[in-house]
Amino acid sequence: MEIIMETIYAIMEKLLPFDYIQYDFMKNALLAVLIITPLFGILGTMIVNNRMAFFSDALGHSALTGMAIGILFGVMDSSGPMLLFAVVFALLLNRIRHSGIVSGDTVISVFSSLSTALGLVILSRGGNFSKYSALLVGDILSIRAEEIGKLLIIFVVTFLFWGFFFNKLHAVSLNSSLAKSKRIPVLLIDNIFVVLIALIVMLSIQWVGILIINALLILPAAAAKNLAANMREYHGFAVMISVFSGVLGLILSYYLDMAAGPMIVVIAALIFFVTLLLRPLVKE
Amino acid sequence: MAEGSNQKKEYDYRYKPQNAEITKEVSETVHTEESELVGAERQEAEALKNSGQKIEKKPRLPRRGILDRKAPCGLHCIKMNDIGVKVGNTAIIEHINLHIHCGKLTVIIGRNGAGKSTLIKAILGEIRHSGTIEFRDMRDQSMQDLRIGYVPQVLNIEKNTPTSVYDLFASYVSNVPVFLRKSRRVAERIRKSLELFQAQELLDKQVCDLSGGELQRVLLSIACDPVPNLLLLDEPVSGIDQNGMELFYRNLTMLKKHYDMAMILVSHDLDFVEKYADNVILLDKSIVKEGTPAQVFASEEFKNIFGTQRRG
Repeated sequence: MEIIMETIYAIMEKLLPFDYIQYDFMKNALLAVLIITPLFGILGTMIVNNRMAFFSDALGHSALTGMAIGILFGVMDSSGPMLLFAVVFALLLNRIRHSGIVSGDTVISVFSSLSTALGLVILSRGGNFSKYSALLVGDILSIRAEEIGKLLIIFVVTFLFWGFFFNKLHAVSLNSSLAKSKRIPVLLIDNIFVVLIALIVMLSIQWVGILIINALLILPAAAAKNLAANMREYHGFAVMISVFSGVLGLILSYYLDMAAGPMIVVIAALIFFVTLLLRPLVKE
Repeated sequence: MAEGSNQKKEYDYRYKPQNAEITKEVSETVHTEESELVGAERQEAEALKNSGQKIEKKPRLPRRGILDRKAPCGLHCIKMNDIGVKVGNTAIIEHINLHIHCGKLTVIIGRNGAGKSTLIKAILGEIRHSGTIEFRDMRDQSMQDLRIGYVPQVLNIEKNTPTSVYDLFASYVSNVPVFLRKSRRVAERIRKSLELFQAQELLDKQVCDLSGGELQRVLLSIACDPVPNLLLLDEPVSGIDQNGMELFYRNLTMLKKHYDMAMILVSHDLDFVEKYADNVILLDKSIVKEGTPAQVFASEEFKNIFGTQRRG
């Protein structure tokens, strides 16, 4: 592991002759950004198409409860309980979303607020919530090599899922009855998709932060949607915009001495507004 | 905006005469092939008979592309026995018994909330229902696996969504990931399928920009690729002009003539039903009247439900 990392570090120092790259935390952060941002770009396309922005936001908030549960049970590393809780939460929300009993947005925001409040109640016990406030904004500069490894694994998993099942996922999103008539396992595909979102959100929330993680998922895809005319362009633009704002945001935050995550979101949002202005020109 | 709608009209006008030609051509070519097909079919039937009971319980009929035509044999039949759907303790539909043959267009009519969409969903297997659906080959009474083609009313697609007709179509019929590349082979296949419904020029258009009639033609060609045994159509309530409706029903007639499939259509336009349906089913929780359009339209039950809304 160490040897691999050192080789990568050496390559990065060779390729990038900038002074920020001499710090290991910057190299790690850059690597993490290069994994997270394309992942978010790809995933965001279908979140936007399915109108699931609320859904992924709620998942982000559930991190608080997940962490609280971990602390209640005295687990030192809270990422296990967080992952588990998020997966259960995602499957539950998805079930409610499809039952059609109540309006989707309403239910989701009820659950979202509940999981936020529950987490806050438990974590603030004894008046020391400030210990956990890092979770709200995230700190990508504190990521370590093994955590980059985890991100890489989920990156590969997502890419494989997209490669093998994207057509089915897209088909289900357009019309589930039609997908069903073509013998596509509608529920299974949909559940795998929400579990993937849950895993990715939980694995990256410490670095990106609860407050802004949803923006990173939604903005690149929303911007790409303004420019693209088909799925290939949609994914291409989303990934490019996402990676561009990620890398630029990280570097700017180094020179301006500001938090990296919010800086990335600001850039992505600016790009979104630019695409909004460009849209009439592109679509003509 | 105004400019856009003008363009669409122009497009339609330009298009119309061409359609007529295509349909004519199609029917001519098929007529010459028909005798051959019947012969081949007879052989197939005999082979089935000879092999006797070796046939597995539910063989799936071979997948057929939209390009190999096979005139309806009238010997495939879909039988629904006592279909019912309950939500809680309330029956939405009950005691539906239907008998449908290939080569026939059966139209379901009824007021809003009569259970038409529920019945379609039950047939699709999307909601739980009581009763059974059988698909039989009457030559040897063997049960077969029913392949359903479905034309939905709407797609879950917002304005400005970057899904092209290729993306839409390929998602249902191909495994080549549409976000990665556009396969030339798949595109060719799709173009051929679209061509049959006068929609080949739409291949690279964005789905959200299509007119109601255009979208319906695209959905129809998706439902027919591969050719289903049963085509279920949920007709949109609005958004299609008179010309579009005429074209839609002409397409259905073409399918009926040249493909071995049964059709069930949920319709809201009684004038077209009168003109094109072989069989009409008047639904109001259960089947209240069934028969030819003339029979159903003249019935007391029909007048009770539609009486005030319809002239004559």
